[in-house]
Amino acid sequence: MIEISHLTRKFEHFTAVDDLSFTVAEGEVLGFLGPNGAGKSTTMKIITGFLAPSSGTVRVDGHDITENPIAVKALVGYLPEGAPSYPDMTVLDFLGFIAEIRGFSGKEKDQRIEQVINDVALGSVCEQTIDTLSKGFKRRVGLAQAILHDPKVLILDEPTDGLDPNQKHQVRQLIRNLAKDKIVIVSTHILEEVSAVCTRAIIIANGRIVADGSPQELEARAPTDAAMAEAPSAPGRLEAFFRSVTEQGAL
Amino acid sequence: MGTTGIIFKRELAAYFSTPLAYVFIVIFLVMNGIATFDLGGFYQRGQADLQPFFNFHPWLYLFMIPALAMGLWADERKTGTIELLLTLPIQLHEAVIGKFLAAWVLSGCALLLTFPIWITVNYLGEPDNGVILAAYIGSWLMAGGFLAIGSCMSALTRNAVIAFILTAAICFLFVVSGSAIVMNAFTGWAPQTLIDAVATLSFLTHFEAISRGVLDIRDLLFFAAVIAAWLLASAVVIEIKKAN
Repeated sequence: MIEISHLTRKFEHFTAVDDLSFTVAEGEVLGFLGPNGAGKSTTMKIITGFLAPSSGTVRVDGHDITENPIAVKALVGYLPEGAPSYPDMTVLDFLGFIAEIRGFSGKEKDQRIEQVINDVALGSVCEQTIDTLSKGFKRRVGLAQAILHDPKVLILDEPTDGLDPNQKHQVRQLIRNLAKDKIVIVSTHILEEVSAVCTRAIIIANGRIVADGSPQELEARAPTDAAMAEAPSAPGRLEAFFRSVTEQGAL
Repeated sequence: MGTTGIIFKRELAAYFSTPLAYVFIVIFLVMNGIATFDLGGFYQRGQADLQPFFNFHPWLYLFMIPALAMGLWADERKTGTIELLLTLPIQLHEAVIGKFLAAWVLSGCALLLTFPIWITVNYLGEPDNGVILAAYIGSWLMAGGFLAIGSCMSALTRNAVIAFILTAAICFLFVVSGSAIVMNAFTGWAPQTLIDAVATLSFLTHFEAISRGVLDIRDLLFFAAVIAAWLLASAVVIEIKKAN
């Protein structure tokens, strides 16, 4: 269970996250939507303990992120935006490093690494250094490190950004497979992805929640004229709704 | 193995997975050779000691150590891996210390590889090996001081070249702070206590004391304090700067 209560994060000149409150329960795959700069990444960075909140609280499985960050970080698997990893390391060395930091050693460490390499199909490149890999493989390395310790909470910041349609399909498949009795939060700009993998979607704009519901509910709330005119499909209706709640006052 | 150890191991391996470690060690050895035999007149002096070798170290470190330290945090910020590293279940100080130790051990390896000169001086004469050992320890401690400064400067920016220049500049101030150039700028107007305070910050003074074979606890504490203070500053800077 993730409980976010009155979360606010201010930077020098603006408020990125403004009094955000919501909870996510086990088994939910939450799509986190919003225009660029809406506060999606900032919220994720706070939940994962990278940034401190200006005010408000985040609790993951009962642990407060500011009081007990290590306990939260141990529960969470995180794919930061752009899937950063150490370019000079081989895939195996990199996953070995993550496994050791996560407290695995010996046989268990080897098993974990073998498991994630199978899960995200990295077998063909595991001896290569990461900077020689294609974008799709780099993204999979990022996913592999995030799921290596079989985390209770998985937070993925734009996991399919820049991937080709096949790779996108594979990543979505993977998220669906992982989702059982976990909490998954995925940020994305691709609305068809929300219809495809998420059980719930939150749309935020200017750091505030403007919509919260299942993808089907949100589709149903699309303005009828727009939906009729240009968006007969489900993702199309979701897009029409997304635009209707985020466009006003965005700029 | 603790978390610090795991990070240390990764960082040290990272130095050796790129040419950086090898380039550093080779250049360090070549420069030491030139300094000792050409500039220092090792043979002409006719004395069985390594003074000309060690006297050159502060100046050698001035441009070698920043190269080792510049990427410590700047590269993490540039590639975004800082977000990965600091969302793993580790404490910030474990990352700061692990990275510092990796760089410090590498500089120690380079220093150890100068052993042929120690063999040479023992072959040619009968030097006081206690003094030489003390000077080696002093030199390594001084390298640690430079590296800790470099760690902090590297945390300030995402650009490694800027980190290099900042580190070299600050290290230069610490090297010369006891010398006439700096002291003359203070005498006449500054109170004596300030002048003394600035003078005691000099790496050169403390290093020279150790390299004469006097392992005074105050000189050792000085370098330990410098390292601790700059590593603490690194952690503070990382905490402040990671948001942007």
